[in-house]
Amino acid sequence: MSAALDTTTEARAHRAVSLETIGMTKRFGSLTALEDVSIKVEAGTVHALLGENGAGKSTLVKCIMGFYQPTSGTVLVDDHEVGIRNPRDAHAHGIGMVYQHFTLVPSLTAAENLVISRAHPPAVIDWRKEMRGLDEFLSRMPFKVPLDVPVSSLSAGEKQKLEILKQLYLDQHFLILDEPTSVLTPGEADEVLGLLRGMTRTGDLTILMITHKFREVTEYTDAFTVLRRGKMAGAGKVGAVSVDEMSKMMIGDATIREGAARTPMHDQPVVFEVAGLFADGDEGLPAVEAVNLKVHAGEIVGVAGVSGNGQSELVEVLSGQRDASDGRLFIHNKPFVPNRDHMDRYKVFGLQEEPLRNAAVPRMTVGENISFRIFDKPPITTLGWWLSPGPMRARARELIASYRVKTPSTEELMENLSGGNVQRAVLARELSSQVDVLIVANPCFGLDFASVAEIRAQIMEQRNRGAAVLLFSEDLDEILELADTIAVMSGGRIDYVVPAAEADRTSIGRAMAGH
Amino acid sequence: MTATSPTDVPAPDLATEGSEWLTRIARSAEAVVIPLIAMVSAAVLFSIFLLFLGKSPVEFFNLLWVGGYGSAFSWTNTLVRAGPLIFTALCVAIPARLGIVVIGGEGALVLGGFTAAAIAIPFLGWGAPWLIQAVMFVTAAAVGAAWIGFVGVLRHYRGVNETIASLLLFYIAVAIMNFFVEGALRDPGNPNKPSTPAIGDANMVGDIPGTDIHWGLVFAIVLAIAVWVLMNRTRFGFAARITGGNVRAARAQGLPVGRLVVVSCAIAGACAGLAGFFEVAAIQGRANASLAAGYGFTGILVAFLARQNPLAIIPVAIFLGGIAAAGGLVQRRMGMPDATVQVLQGLMFVVLLVSETLYGRLPFFRGKR
Ligand SMILES: Nc1ncnc2c1ncn2[C@@H]1O[C@H](COP(=O)(O)OP(=O)(O)OP(=O)(O)O)[C@@H](O)[C@H]1O
Ligand SMILES: [Mg+2]
Repeated sequence: MSAALDTTTEARAHRAVSLETIGMTKRFGSLTALEDVSIKVEAGTVHALLGENGAGKSTLVKCIMGFYQPTSGTVLVDDHEVGIRNPRDAHAHGIGMVYQHFTLVPSLTAAENLVISRAHPPAVIDWRKEMRGLDEFLSRMPFKVPLDVPVSSLSAGEKQKLEILKQLYLDQHFLILDEPTSVLTPGEADEVLGLLRGMTRTGDLTILMITHKFREVTEYTDAFTVLRRGKMAGAGKVGAVSVDEMSKMMIGDATIREGAARTPMHDQPVVFEVAGLFADGDEGLPAVEAVNLKVHAGEIVGVAGVSGNGQSELVEVLSGQRDASDGRLFIHNKPFVPNRDHMDRYKVFGLQEEPLRNAAVPRMTVGENISFRIFDKPPITTLGWWLSPGPMRARARELIASYRVKTPSTEELMENLSGGNVQRAVLARELSSQVDVLIVANPCFGLDFASVAEIRAQIMEQRNRGAAVLLFSEDLDEILELADTIAVMSGGRIDYVVPAAEADRTSIGRAMAGH
Repeated sequence: MTATSPTDVPAPDLATEGSEWLTRIARSAEAVVIPLIAMVSAAVLFSIFLLFLGKSPVEFFNLLWVGGYGSAFSWTNTLVRAGPLIFTALCVAIPARLGIVVIGGEGALVLGGFTAAAIAIPFLGWGAPWLIQAVMFVTAAAVGAAWIGFVGVLRHYRGVNETIASLLLFYIAVAIMNFFVEGALRDPGNPNKPSTPAIGDANMVGDIPGTDIHWGLVFAIVLAIAVWVLMNRTRFGFAARITGGNVRAARAQGLPVGRLVVVSCAIAGACAGLAGFFEVAAIQGRANASLAAGYGFTGILVAFLARQNPLAIIPVAIFLGGIAAAGGLVQRRMGMPDATVQVLQGLMFVVLLVSETLYGRLPFFRGKR
């Protein structure tokens, strides 16, 4: 009897696998995204993959997954060479990945998503049996997600947990996570990473995780590898190497931009005003209720809150993507409607979260995407109608250069840029002209630490120039760093507004929890 | 950006004019090669189908060639058919840029042609030919525009699926025409086939000098070029492409999404309506059931094969016009039913849809994805 038990426990105990890449090279046309990269991830560890935006991190893991065919290079699992031609092969070797963008089917429930994700879902699904299996599976899992509501109504954090659960459900024992925590609050991130790390400790799992957050590296990972411009720039054990050394490996000798100083402002007029705003969410339920906000010239109002408390809907109303059910907007005391004419007249700019979904057209070129704000004005449009691609590309080249968007040319499709470079391209478009009102949501999602400093400095500069800035962020540190006034959104309402100077984390935290 | 950025990128990675060209060429090459592969595969599949029927594929394709492009006579037949195909393909391609799939261009063609014929009636006998033609032209375009524009309205303001709506509206269009043609507007002098009164030879649109091809072809080509310019070189077209590529982004840019949708559908409908105008004013001289000859539906295939590119529509329409023109010859010489050519077209369409999945996967272009 003990023999039988032993083999199962032994099989369990040695489920985590090690993974190695040897000489991975990937070219996209003339662009070399990866060059001769060899990394080693030991079984049962959490391994961090670091590097600035466009360094090739996503490309490397997509090559491992067979999502891309590497130009050359091999993958070893448990020291055996494996040929992976597509993600299905990778799954067969126990390698699963959570992508930088969500891949769940929004209209299906969590349970349905899990069941259909199996390589061979049954033709006829016996839901009673499946649900029992799922419940049993979830009871073994460290974190929970509601199984029976459509994925579209889950918060970003829950979706991310579900993505991870999906991989565990598929019984993968090598998990690749591409910036898994960018959509999680620090609290959620701690929860998820802590639990995953626990699973690696028991030998169930090996994790390769891409992240831009040093805090997560030092607290939750065992070893790291740094990529820089497609090449391996260093590796080591966490703890043996300081954060400073790691960041040096990432960016070389370049200096990080200092935060811009906050210019004192006095008695500025109110520029942007939200008055008694109500809006419904996708399910037709109230999502934004009676929101009032005033933003003065030269002021950053930071709206904090746990994601899913109406922030997305509010941003959508302010940027014209959703109709308000009641309430009004004013700029300089004049009614403001988020259409193109008003946006241009009042110089309103913005950046919504998930730029590929909200702010960019993936299948148009980078040059076109960068021109969305100016395509209908001279010099691109002349005679009222005529659009000239020449000036458009010229302007795009300027912005690409000055915002250091990493792209082979203006003609590259937006969807081929790295996650952080999509964000940069959109920011270049929205921050490059005179801005009077700026509405931004999570502007630093997915940016490397150097770019974060850069972008925050730019937002501060816009404020110093006199722009009224409304900053939505799930990162409380970001709000504490940038905001002049802090508002907290909870349950669709904003009832807590304090000058930043008087704010403390405890009372903000209490307001975020809805007290 | 004023301060030094830490993420300085080496020069070769920066956008340069040279690499822009390469990227653009690689992308257009893919858009040509994949449809070509699809057509060759469809031809192979169709050959197998013929072999099963005990017919010779070689003979079939030879007849296609002869009937479509083998002589001046077949070229005339082909080009006369290419004209309406260009119009109806534009009716698909324009909304497609906004991500809207309109398949009911045939309805706008039928109704445009019918109303053109109907509006001519009070002018007959006294109006100058140019006046009658102008009134018919404007009417056909306006009715087509209203018809498909209505599809856009339903889609944008009522959330009705445009594909189904436009298809149902096609049946309604035919019913409306039949109602009048068999009733109030029926020409008593034509007892065999219910038709509107003939507009008369004097009022017909003429042929291009030196050919038997009417002016509709020239007009269609000019219109296709104009639509290309509209979509690629005007701010309207650019805004339409943003909307088609990502409505959420278009809204966030403050673009008038509803207006773009409705106007694009209306322009599309006007194109199909003009196909109806030329069928009536250049070929049939009256409106009757034979207006619904299927140009609207073949136009869908043309537009998809041309990847919704208005300029590519011109050669593709000539290609499919040739196949249609050869239909009769194939039928006579090989003793095969009329529908044979339609089977070929259907097969082409299916293979084409399947080939959509090839984009970004061909080894040759793979480097770019
Ligand atoms: N499908 C593609 N076609 C062309 N170029 C691509 C493609 N995918 C990635 N690239 C390019 O390869 C480089 C590396 O991109 P990758 O997505 O791996 O960066 P990353 O390290 O994940 O950056 P980020 O932190 O911004 O997500 C970028 O310059 C990007 O533009
Ligand atoms: Mg990435």
